[in-house]
Amino acid sequence: MLSINNLKASVENKEILKGINLEVKKGEVHAIMGPNGSGKSTLASVLAGRSEYEVTDGTVNYLEHNLLDMEPEERAKEGLFLAFQYPVEIPGVNTATFLRTSLNEIREHRGQEPLNGADFLKLMKNKMEVIDIDKSLISRSLNEGFSGGEKKKAEIFQMALLEPTLAVMDETDSGLDIDALKVVAAGVNKLKTENNAVIIITHYERLLNYIVPDFVHIIFDGKIIKTGGKELALTLEEKGYDWITNEHVALSNA
Amino acid sequence: MNGKNEILKAVTQQDYKYGFVSKFDSDKAPVGLNEDIIRLISSKKKEPKWLLDIRLKAFKHWLTLMDKEPAWAHIHYPKINFQDIIYYAAPKKKKELNSLDEVDPEMLKTFDKLGISIEEQKKLSGVAVDVVIDSVSVKTTFKDTLAKLGIIFCSFSEAVQEHPELVKKYMGSVVPYTDNFYAALNSAVFTDGSFCYIPKGVRCPMELSTYFRINEANTGQFERTLLIAEEGSYVSYLEGCTAPMRDENQLHAAVVELIAYKDAEIKYSTVQNWYPGNKEGKGGIFNFVTKRGICKGEHSKISWTQVETGSAITWKYPSVILKGDYSVGEFYSIALTNNFQQADTGTKMLHIGKNTTSTIISKGVSAGKSNNSYRGLVRISKSASNARNFSQCDSLLLSSECGAHTFPYIEINNKTAIVEHEATTSKVGEDQIFYCNQRGLDTEQAISMIVNGYCKEVLKKLPMEFAVEAQKLLSLSLEGSVG
Ligand SMILES: Nc1ncnc2c1ncn2[C@@H]1O[C@H](COP(=O)(O)OP(=O)(O)OP(=O)(O)O)[C@@H](O)[C@H]1O
Ligand SMILES: [Mg+2]
Repeated sequence: MLSINNLKASVENKEILKGINLEVKKGEVHAIMGPNGSGKSTLASVLAGRSEYEVTDGTVNYLEHNLLDMEPEERAKEGLFLAFQYPVEIPGVNTATFLRTSLNEIREHRGQEPLNGADFLKLMKNKMEVIDIDKSLISRSLNEGFSGGEKKKAEIFQMALLEPTLAVMDETDSGLDIDALKVVAAGVNKLKTENNAVIIITHYERLLNYIVPDFVHIIFDGKIIKTGGKELALTLEEKGYDWITNEHVALSNA
Repeated sequence: MNGKNEILKAVTQQDYKYGFVSKFDSDKAPVGLNEDIIRLISSKKKEPKWLLDIRLKAFKHWLTLMDKEPAWAHIHYPKINFQDIIYYAAPKKKKELNSLDEVDPEMLKTFDKLGISIEEQKKLSGVAVDVVIDSVSVKTTFKDTLAKLGIIFCSFSEAVQEHPELVKKYMGSVVPYTDNFYAALNSAVFTDGSFCYIPKGVRCPMELSTYFRINEANTGQFERTLLIAEEGSYVSYLEGCTAPMRDENQLHAAVVELIAYKDAEIKYSTVQNWYPGNKEGKGGIFNFVTKRGICKGEHSKISWTQVETGSAITWKYPSVILKGDYSVGEFYSIALTNNFQQADTGTKMLHIGKNTTSTIISKGVSAGKSNNSYRGLVRISKSASNARNFSQCDSLLLSSECGAHTFPYIEINNKTAIVEHEATTSKVGEDQIFYCNQRGLDTEQAISMIVNGYCKEVLKKLPMEFAVEAQKLLSLSLEGSVG
């Protein structure tokens, strides 16, 4: 579904991604871990098409498309969803209205009829149960004044509603209390099918207890330096990044 | 960074969608302005002598102001040659019109193009529409229903004929012809407009609405609106405008006067989208308007809500004189400028009575190379003890080449006053646009959504059906081809 090859990207002439390779297939869950500033969010942004990141080398294939050639909104309509690490506030824009516009854009792209108000409300209700999100949040302005955790939950609610083919969750677990974490994880698991895939960016092994990844990748200095199974996250939790980065530095110096 | 500016630029470069000229026969005055022209206008309209006298007095006064055209506003435009304008044009009326079927089909087509078919308006919203095309009222609807309640809603000319005592009593009582250059000009040459009278204790059951259009090439439009709300009455009045595309600049100088007696409330809403000129700044309407209301009685209330997206130049300060104790003045404004448009708009809240309160919410949105200024005066007179004002003036910038300015003037002559002023300036966030993109909205939709959200506080003050139209208009005014 997604195939990233030797992807390099820079911002303001500073190279951040230094040759990322990643293969994601239908039905898989990938976790990406790595120290602060290693390039995780940058990777997510580049996949979503943020224009201030300049791709200098490499290719990204997504569902038979050259992803890098697509506008951000086209990528979204093709089912790529990014749960933002820091969701922005858009004052005065009602969350439900925004989501209905969003969903109908995506539906139109898929050749589906737009949902009318009543059907949309029904769908929202449904998804609100899955994610267990407070109804009052949806009737407020988009993310405005939401607490950190509420913002993260709202992102997952949007994800549930839009039913992406490939979801990239950027530290959605940070800032969630343990109950919310469980609910969100359960939601993600419920949404998981054989036909979609998830990339979870996280610092904490605890999330991976609830959403079990097929692969864990470790990003360091703009490169994936190690890939393993779920146990890799556990090792990290115990030993910290030093263990692996030292090994990496030693290897590259050798 | 640059990429984003390019996108914003492309998005905000839109073509005016209402550019067309209807083919009415019209009967017009020769070009230029002198006493004879004024006599001609007055006789065309079969006016009584007292009105002609007012016109002539106003004209004389205007002549003394010739070199005193207001120059303090933050707007720039070539000098207007007032002798180069036709001051009267009327569509030829073939006969009196009783139903829509009798209306010139050409005109109905015009309304179709505008998407404001009268028929639809009537059915869907129960709005009484008094249509003013090039200075002569052609059609008034719902008049009978209103008449049963004693409400008078008609063209200004009709009011002059049928309710001369009311016109005589109130015309010029809020905006005297000596008020300013454009008010003097309007008082001399006004051709038509709307008149509305709500009797004591009557709550007008429907929104009263007028659509103005400027239709004749080179014809200045000088409307006069007079609205009187007697004790304990209520009325919501809507004014919406569009004008066809033109190369020459067209002058528009209207005067609107509102009078609210004890416990009366007037809600006056405007959506203005006159031709703003093309992308190079050529053409467009010059709009110099004097709008003022007086809260005469205790507990009276006047509320102005405006959505201004059109005109090459907007010079407009809907104001409230808060004379009655406990009276309330409100001003809610959205002014959107794009390309080379210039807007200098705001309000004056003049507190005279005790315990008077006023609220000012102004949202400026500037795009392209436009200039957008808020200019507001809050004056608390000595007599106005315990007066309160709250002002909030926000500016949103959509390009790096546009200008946004705020000129708040505050005069406090009574120590018990509480006056608060807040102002913010912000740029549309790249983050916000990207967030919307990531949810499948293109940049145009994203900006439209963000701008509408930004203006929400004001939009929600508009009557429902008008709010929808205003929202569309905001999007339309920012629309363009994203490259
Ligand atoms: N717009 C930008 N301008 C300048 N530097 C940037 C920009 N965006 C990212 N960077 C830099 O790129 C590097 C990678 O940032 P990124 O946000 O991808 O890290 P991350 O792995 O997500 O970190 P964290 O775990 O803290 O979220 C950092 O050094 C950051 O400062
Ligand atoms: Mg990050």
